[in-house]
Amino acid sequence: MKNIFLTAALVTIFAIMLICVFLFANGIPAMKEIGLPEFLLGTDWSPGDVPASFGIYPMILGSISVTLGAVLFGVPIGLLTAVFMAYYCPNGLYKVLKPAVELLAGIPSVVYGFFGLMILVPFVRNLFGGNGNSILTASILLGIMILPTVIGVSESAIRAVPDQYYEGSLALGATHERTVFFTILPAASSGIFTAVVLGIGRAIGETMAVIMVAGNQARMPAGILKGIRTMTANIVLEMGYAADLHRGALIATGVILLLFILFINITFYLLKRRATI
Amino acid sequence: MNKEKIKITGIDLYYGDFQALKNINMILPQNKITAFIGPSGCGKTTLLKSLNRMNDLISDCRISGEILLDGQNIYENIDVNLLRKRVGMVFQKPNLFPMSIYDNVAYGPRTHGIRSKVMLDEIVEKSLVRAVIWDEVKDRIKKSALSLSGGQQQRICIARALAVEPEVLLMDEPTSALDPVSTSKIEELVLELKNDYTIIIVTHNMQQAVRVSDKTAFFLLGEIVEYRDTESIFSMPEDKRTEDYITGRFG
Ligand SMILES: Nc1ncnc2c1ncn2[C@@H]1O[C@H](COP(=O)(O)OP(=O)(O)OP(=O)(O)O)[C@@H](O)[C@H]1O
Ligand SMILES: [Mg+2]
Repeated sequence: MKNIFLTAALVTIFAIMLICVFLFANGIPAMKEIGLPEFLLGTDWSPGDVPASFGIYPMILGSISVTLGAVLFGVPIGLLTAVFMAYYCPNGLYKVLKPAVELLAGIPSVVYGFFGLMILVPFVRNLFGGNGNSILTASILLGIMILPTVIGVSESAIRAVPDQYYEGSLALGATHERTVFFTILPAASSGIFTAVVLGIGRAIGETMAVIMVAGNQARMPAGILKGIRTMTANIVLEMGYAADLHRGALIATGVILLLFILFINITFYLLKRRATI
Repeated sequence: MNKEKIKITGIDLYYGDFQALKNINMILPQNKITAFIGPSGCGKTTLLKSLNRMNDLISDCRISGEILLDGQNIYENIDVNLLRKRVGMVFQKPNLFPMSIYDNVAYGPRTHGIRSKVMLDEIVEKSLVRAVIWDEVKDRIKKSALSLSGGQQQRICIARALAVEPEVLLMDEPTSALDPVSTSKIEELVLELKNDYTIIIVTHNMQQAVRVSDKTAFFLLGEIVEYRDTESIFSMPEDKRTEDYITGRFG
């Protein structure tokens, strides 16, 4: 019996190792051939030119900008929703709201993409001008997509704060509001950070929905109403026809993305450890 | 001098169907220390929490009767937050917030609108001095309050309660989790505070009641059996049940 569990665990580890080996074995030679500084900091991505140019700096900035944008939209809304759910929500409403938030997490990203394409893109175009496919649009959409993560994790962090803090604050004559914002939230801060970090992880790895609303121009970001291309989009859009060094450069993009995710997960891990100490 | 600070008349209190307090009548004199004693579950904490309306937090709690603070009914037309500012509370378990010592003590004054750093500094120091903990913590006042020992934390809790300048101080078994040294420090402190505050202290420790209190109320099953001067209640209990309890012949 024990061996079955062991086998299952080994399959998981094997899968992770296989992915890493595949990515690094194909990506690192390509990075070497292009030159690491040229690859990471080069601002020109023109795989079809002669000679070809493989700078992914615009895509790195693209990924970072839509992720930051998502945090800007998603975190305040998500956090306030979590506070509402934990401290203000009437029981009847909670029974609807909680599953609704969970459902939000289960919607496939292509559906989010459709929503973005049909609703958000025209909305941004009409309100702010430009063609609507932009950093702003992608940020709003990703902000919505990280809501369930931010809400779920911060709600449980808020609920984990001992009741005695609440009582202690009230006994000093503080209002419910003051208690929630000046005692409960600070006490839950490490859990809330965790929520933000997980949200960042979700946003930076998102592919399908972003492609549908971000414009995907492989150029340096030129303003929040202009389009950009993320690392994920770069890979998906060109993988179908890429060959040789071009293909290697795309896999190398995957390596960089993996390093970003790894960094985020380590941060998450450290936060978690600090929270339990 | 012997002014009535709090007057309790005909208090009945229910948790759902369970009656936790039965027709409580008592007068708590100003600048005196009153001890509540009695076996576990007899309603001491419940009555204490009625005095600053912390019972409001319990959804199925119903209370009837009258509690007057300086002649004003605290269950009618009163700002609860202001009431809790006037009637401070120290809980059985130290419940400092996960912040620095300074921020803990400054929490109350900040809540009630004091912004000036100079004033806050002054209040924090004064409160910590009053709670006889200043010398022990003055070098690490910006450090986390949770790194202190239990006895130190409890005295910071007292300082935190004092910082809002209450008139009444409710203390629910403030020394039950502490060692003898910390306990005697807190007892000295309570005696010290008597001059400026009206204090009500719940305790399971008979010696403590004798040492610190002026009056003692003995509770049993939600009723007050006896409420008199501490000296006389302990030397000549009138009721057999009181005698059994204070001599330790009671569960
Ligand atoms: N929130 C509550 N809901 C229902 N019943 C409660 C609640 N709080 C207290 N009680 C009941 O009310 C009675 C009195 O409780 P209380 O906490 O006032 O006792 P106590 O005298 O402070 O006891 P102890 O010495 O153990 O602290 C007990 O029987 C208790 O079970
Ligand atoms: Mg009690």
